[in-house]
Parts: sequence; structure tokens; C-alpha cells
Amino acid sequence: MNRIKTVETKDIVKTVNNGGCGECQTSCQSACKTSCGVANQQCENK
Amino acid sequence: MVHQYKLNGYNIVLDTCSGSVHTVDEVAYDIISMYKSSSREEIISSMLEKYGHMPDVTAEEIDLCIDDIASLEEAGKLFSEDKFEKLAYTYKNNSKVIKALCLHVAHTCNLNCSYCFASQGKYQGDRALMSFEVGKQAFDFLIANSGTRRNLEVDFFGGEPALNFEVVKQLVEYARSIEKQYNKNFRFTYTTNGVVLTDEMMEYLNREMSNVVLSLDGRREVNDHFRRDYSGKGSYDTIVPNFQKLVKLREGKNYYVRGTFTHNNVDFTNDLFHMADLGFTELSMEPVVCPPTDPYALTDEDLPKLFEQYEILAVEMIKRRREGRPFTFYHYMLDLKNGPCIYKRIAGCGSGTEYMAVTPWGDLYPCHQFVGDKKYLLGNIWDGVKNTEIQDEFRHCNAYSREDCRDCWAKLYCSGGCAANSYHATGSIEGVYKYGCELFKKRIECAVMMQIAEAEDNENADS
Repeated sequence: MNRIKTVETKDIVKTVNNGGCGECQTSCQSACKTSCGVANQQCENK
Repeated sequence: MVHQYKLNGYNIVLDTCSGSVHTVDEVAYDIISMYKSSSREEIISSMLEKYGHMPDVTAEEIDLCIDDIASLEEAGKLFSEDKFEKLAYTYKNNSKVIKALCLHVAHTCNLNCSYCFASQGKYQGDRALMSFEVGKQAFDFLIANSGTRRNLEVDFFGGEPALNFEVVKQLVEYARSIEKQYNKNFRFTYTTNGVVLTDEMMEYLNREMSNVVLSLDGRREVNDHFRRDYSGKGSYDTIVPNFQKLVKLREGKNYYVRGTFTHNNVDFTNDLFHMADLGFTELSMEPVVCPPTDPYALTDEDLPKLFEQYEILAVEMIKRRREGRPFTFYHYMLDLKNGPCIYKRIAGCGSGTEYMAVTPWGDLYPCHQFVGDKKYLLGNIWDGVKNTEIQDEFRHCNAYSREDCRDCWAKLYCSGGCAANSYHATGSIEGVYKYGCELFKKRIECAVMMQIAEAEDNENADS
């Protein structure tokens, strides 16, 4: 693929089967306190 | 769903549902935008018309690029199907545990910041300090409702928690004394304005708190405009040396220097750069939360300026990283390889369900931003959640529950947004705070671009 470069990412679809442990940080507990961002949370179930 | 945008010289294609990220050249960028709506012949003809003067753009080349796009589609990395809606409702309906509390140990403050969403710590009510007995019951309530969750988070919040520091210490001691017995791991956060921060407190916080959030708005004149004591004196000269000392002693443990920007400092990147120049490397800066009638509320005219600011920030952060003096910005922390699973992405922050705020009197609210609004009183730490109607409203909130989010490419990054922001902007937690959405989308675009730039730098370093 000389015109398209794919960055290595986690396949979200695959996490349907192995995700959902709920051990990750609650978004608001970190720093924002006034907005919701989930994408910047770390997965604890690697 | 696919989102395409150009930023800082990159042509970026996001595939929302798989989380895939692609960088492409101009030709592929245009082909992808036509791929679903045009035939192969139409695409070839259109591309030849636009790019035919370039030596490497031939019908055969374009044909190969279309094949590549088809392969990515086949592999689920482009135009992947959105299949998560049902999951969003079932996951939240089945999840009944509580794993995080925001403990309002002090509904009072030693600063008198006029823009405070918590009305100088009082939350539209009386001043009060949480007693050890109330705090202890909050921990017991959390453990009893946490099911098999091991990592439990408690944020010591206010007002200013330093005004009730002895109780903070007693509660930490209590939590540590029971965590092994219940197979729990407490992670504490302490959010402070830094006015009272003795050496002894610093040593304690650095030992016990997984994270500290240090409130500073940036440049002296910006910080001191709002963050003043009751005599009107600005806090900058007191808090900056305190924060610098605390962070130095912290030796790498998590912290954030967190500011708020308003209409008065739309050029907020200068405040972030100022924080970085003061030696802080973990930064957060949030748009002010206030009624649109307030003189410092962000305006529609500010929006393009804020977009530009987020771009300036991203480019400067790339530059500083390359120069070996990086800093992080909370909203640009994106880990494309180890980020959250789909359940986190569709369920959101957990306010009102797995995350609640506890007042000094032991009342439960969906989060700190609802405290004091009696309509949202959920119950208390002795009797549990009694207002199940309100809790169900929060349980119903997810990345798919708002009509406006349905076709939004960013919904798996924000999970439908902040319920409190929605409520304040529209009168309903099921509403959409569109201004916040615009800022959020811009931040994600910048964050992804930065990841691409870093991956490219790493690749160049390896080769």
C-alpha cells in the first residue's frame, strides 16, 4: 500500500470478547472534572 | 464510520468502530471520500482529471489504491460496521457495582474564586466539613457495593480538602487497614488549590496519593484574575512555589497541574506553556463551566480561536518532544495500542452508576457537578441509592443514547459526553452540549495527529 499507511492500533471490535473488566480508572477521577473523555484512559487488562 | 481530516501536513483517516488510524496521500484521501458513493470507473475518471498531471497517478495506480481500500474494508479496518449499540445498553444495565467516590471532605474553601462551579466550595448550600464517621461509612458503602472490582478510587475533593486534612489522613488510614481483608486496592486522588501545603502534608500526599490535582490557571495575571483569597489577594505567588516543591518531591508519581480557561484567556496555550516553563510536565486545561450569560463565558466567536489554540498546542508539543523537553496534556493523552476497550468507550464516565459524589453529610449525588441540586439527590451512604428513577436516567446514558451522537465519528472517544455539561447546557442529561462537542472533536483530531507524528518519528529513528 504505497498511498496508505496504517498506524498500529488496538482493534476495538476484538475487545467485545475480552474487555469490560471495569478495573480501569473512572474518567473524572484523573484531572478533567468537567468533561468526559474516555479515549485517554489506560486499559488495566492487557 | 469514517472521519477524514487534514492537520499539520497529514491527511488522516479514522475508522471509528475499529479504532483504526490511517495516514494517506492526497490521492488516496480523495478516493476514500468517494469510495462508498461512486463506482470504480467514476473514481478513476475523477482522480485522473484532478491528479492526471502527476507522473505516478495513472489509471492502473488508482485501480491498485482502490484494491488496497477494499482490502482494508475486508480486514475491518475501514468502513467497519457499527455493531455496538445494543451492547451499550446491556452492559450498563448489567453493571451494578460502584467503584469510585468523590468525597467532599470540605464544603468550604480558603479561596474565593468567582468562577467556581461549586460556589466557593459551598455548592449552593452551607459550609461544612465531613466527619471521620461519615467518611468511614462512605468507605464501607463503597466496599459493600464494589462487587469483585479490585481497584477502587476515592478522590478527596472540596472546596479545599486541606481544610479537613486530619480527616483525610484518618480516612486513608482506615481504608488501608481494610483493603487487604476485602481484596481491594485503593487509589487516592487529592485535588487542591495549593494555598495550604506544608512540608509535612507534601510528604504525606506523596506517600499516599496515587494522583494529585493541583489547580493553577497559568500566567500570574490570568490565575490571579479569578483565583484570589477573601481579601482579594491573588494566589499565584503562594501556590506556585508550593506546587513546584510538591512535584519535585513526588519523584515521578502521577500529578496534574490543572487550569480553567475562560473568555478572558482564549489564548490559553500561553498559560500551558507558562506552566511547562515553570517545570510542570503533566498538564490539564479545561474550558470554564458556567451559564452563557456570565461575562467570562466562552462565546461562539471564541470557537475558531480555540480551534487554532488546540492546533498550536499540538504542534508545540511535538516540537518540545523532539527537543527532549516534552510535557503531556491530559486531553492529548491517547494510547492507540493500549487504550480502553469498547465497554469503556460506550459506557462513559460512570456518573450516577459506578461513580458518585458524597457530601459532608453523607448524601449521594451522581457526580461532584450535581452536588447541591436536590433533584439529583440519589440517596445516602447509610441507606444506599433510593432515587432509582434518577439513577436509571444515568444508566441509560451511553455513546448511543443521544440522537445527535448517533452519526458522530467521535462518540467512541467521548462516549456521549459529560452528563453535567449536557444538563447545564440543555436542561437534560440526555441533551448535547454542542459547544463542548466541537472542542472535544478538535482535541481528538489533534491527539491522533500527534500519535501519528510520534509513530513516524519512532519509525525514522529505527530505520
